Amino acid sequence: MVQTNTKRKSNSVVKIDALGLLTRELNLRLREASSNGTQRIEIHNVYGQRYIGTDLNTRVEIEIFGTPGNDLGAFMDGPKIIVRGNAQDGCGNTMNDGEIVVHGHAGDVIGLSARGGKIFVRESVGYRAGIHMKEYEDKKPVLVIGDTAQDFLGEYMAGGILILLGLNLKPGENHKANYIGTGMHGGVIYLRGSVNDYQLGKEIGVSELDETDLLNLEQYVAEFAAHFNYKAGDILNHKFIKLFPLYLRPYGRLYAY
Amino acid sequence: MKTYLPPKFLVERDQTRCIQCQVCVNQCSFEVHNYDAEDDEVRSVESNCVGCHRCAVFCPTGAISIRRNPLEYRENYNWRPEVIEDIIKQAETGGILLTGMGNDKSQRIYWDHLVLNASQVTNPSIDPLREPMELTTYLGRKPDAVDIDMKKMQLKAKLAPQVRIDIPVMFAAMSYGAVSINVQESLARAATEAGTLWNTGEGGLHPKLYKYGKNTIVQVASGRFGVHPEYLDAAAVVEIKIGQGAKPGMGGHLPGEKVSADVAMTRMIPKGTDALSPFPQHDIYSIEDLAQLVYALKEATNYTKPISVKIAAVHNSAAIASGMVRAGADIIVLDGLRGSTGAAPKVNRDNVGIPIEMALASLDTRLRQEGIRNQASVVISGGIRNSGDVAKAIALGADAIYIGTAALMALGCTCCQQCHTGKCAWGICTSDLALTKRINPDIGARRLANLLRGWSLELKDILGGMGINAIESLRGNRLALRAIGLTDTELDILGVRMAGG
Repeated sequence: MVQTNTKRKSNSVVKIDALGLLTRELNLRLREASSNGTQRIEIHNVYGQRYIGTDLNTRVEIEIFGTPGNDLGAFMDGPKIIVRGNAQDGCGNTMNDGEIVVHGHAGDVIGLSARGGKIFVRESVGYRAGIHMKEYEDKKPVLVIGDTAQDFLGEYMAGGILILLGLNLKPGENHKANYIGTGMHGGVIYLRGSVNDYQLGKEIGVSELDETDLLNLEQYVAEFAAHFNYKAGDILNHKFIKLFPLYLRPYGRLYAY
Repeated sequence: MKTYLPPKFLVERDQTRCIQCQVCVNQCSFEVHNYDAEDDEVRSVESNCVGCHRCAVFCPTGAISIRRNPLEYRENYNWRPEVIEDIIKQAETGGILLTGMGNDKSQRIYWDHLVLNASQVTNPSIDPLREPMELTTYLGRKPDAVDIDMKKMQLKAKLAPQVRIDIPVMFAAMSYGAVSINVQESLARAATEAGTLWNTGEGGLHPKLYKYGKNTIVQVASGRFGVHPEYLDAAAVVEIKIGQGAKPGMGGHLPGEKVSADVAMTRMIPKGTDALSPFPQHDIYSIEDLAQLVYALKEATNYTKPISVKIAAVHNSAAIASGMVRAGADIIVLDGLRGSTGAAPKVNRDNVGIPIEMALASLDTRLRQEGIRNQASVVISGGIRNSGDVAKAIALGADAIYIGTAALMALGCTCCQQCHTGKCAWGICTSDLALTKRINPDIGARRLANLLRGWSLELKDILGGMGINAIESLRGNRLALRAIGLTDTELDILGVRMAGG
């Protein structure tokens, strides 16, 4: 009995009109809906409500129309969020699992300390994207950015994969970010488009992609292309560089014991 | 390079007592003692000795005594031996001087200049042995007014989440990685037995310790190590760590050699990499940003638990704390100048931050003036040594106290300040598996619970002597304090009158 009930509900789509809802009210509605086994939620008229997707641990798919506020998907553990618009600061903050797809751009510190899950942004992101992303065994966060990023991209990165595609750069135009990968001590950045040496942090090395890198890249670029109607081949048919940490312990020699 | 550093300690072995059993050789993790089989004699390399007294305590015949090397430099009030030796060390390494534990310098300890009141003649004291005496404390945001529905005999407004502790003393944040899992288990079990809380620090919560969740404060700090939904759900309180008294404004580097397989699993980072906690939390650059993380955590835990925010006591901490309360913090933690650490640059530890007594008094005053003191509980830490300090802190306005160093001393720590080396001979601040076995959680939990029991009995005696029967009546009651040997400015900030006045 219980099972049929859940099954019936799990096929349903819940629509929420967020107009005039406070952050807390909206998240309460989301919590109720997802705990009923709902598989898809559409939220319309989103105007800056924060923390959407937090405290949900099902695989529910949430499609957002409008502009979600800061900390979208913070601490999130499983849902898939599609944003038909732009995301603000702190998107995917300390995210554990799930997926965020932004059909637009995103603000600062996207993917801060993420521990797992995937984030795809069609356009550009703000400062300190992917800062302190981590990984442990099979938990490996992935952040793919379609256009470019601001300074301190991948700062303090301790794990995960960060891909910067530069799709809207004009021919001959460099990425503008400085201090890329500064303090990085784990994970990898794949970068399409050019940067000058002085834009890179002191703790990273630059190399060509090896076979494993290419496999990784192809997989996530294919996913990116599928989300945003690109041809993966067009994106991949371009030079990429790999940025990697030179040291596991970048600051191991600072101290007098 | 030949070192110019003289040994700090002399190891004296009474040869008439020594039986060459080599206990000292095995106990010393700093490789002071060694056994010469040819001569059948135990010898020492005194320059390695840190003065932790592990060997002296464990020598079965009491043959060892450790003395400070007298080092009779020419007397100089400015160029003291420590100053000279620090310069030598830096000349030989070119590094930042690293140290462990809290500030050991001579800045004034205000607790020693405060005394407590007692009842005489005009009001009776209470004997806690025969009358009920309450130390129970509730941590969390309190309502502005008590509004009771007299028909149902219930509070009208819904209370914010409260956490009950049976003694206003909790164990301070010490992360797994900084201390061993056996230390954390000892703390967790003692906290459970005594009805108080322990704090994970920023190192995640080992799966083995989830069962103590009801007595656990979990920390969310700039490295966000081991932070995930189950971690937040497991805890009684979630604490955002902005800063700590030992190194205000700084992050942390857990060196790669301490990141063992188990530490890596708990922190969710690869084994052997440095665990780097950035200086700031990059999603918090303002009070508004703090509010954002406070409410992110409230959302993530569905408003079921208090959110605490910990800062170091610095010049403007009273004003900052006011902002923290307005940002939604249910508990404010202030860690003072003497706050301790597993590793900090010595120059920061000894020179940055303000005394906790001053910080606490000005914070309590400020929150009262603004009429928001009820909106958050105030917890302080940093060098609290005994139940006398606890009682004085509560009279100055604290709701509860964190103890870190005192708790480790209950486990054997002698404050040799070598935590940063990872070689702790007492098995406390190390991840070396052979050393961590030296803490047996059965015994460790017993020792810690004993300490809390002792303090709890003493606190009841202090209260009884004052003629009050609940710790609530002492809280923020500065008339219960008088000062000795302080200036008018100090009295003014502390809000305490001079003894006799």
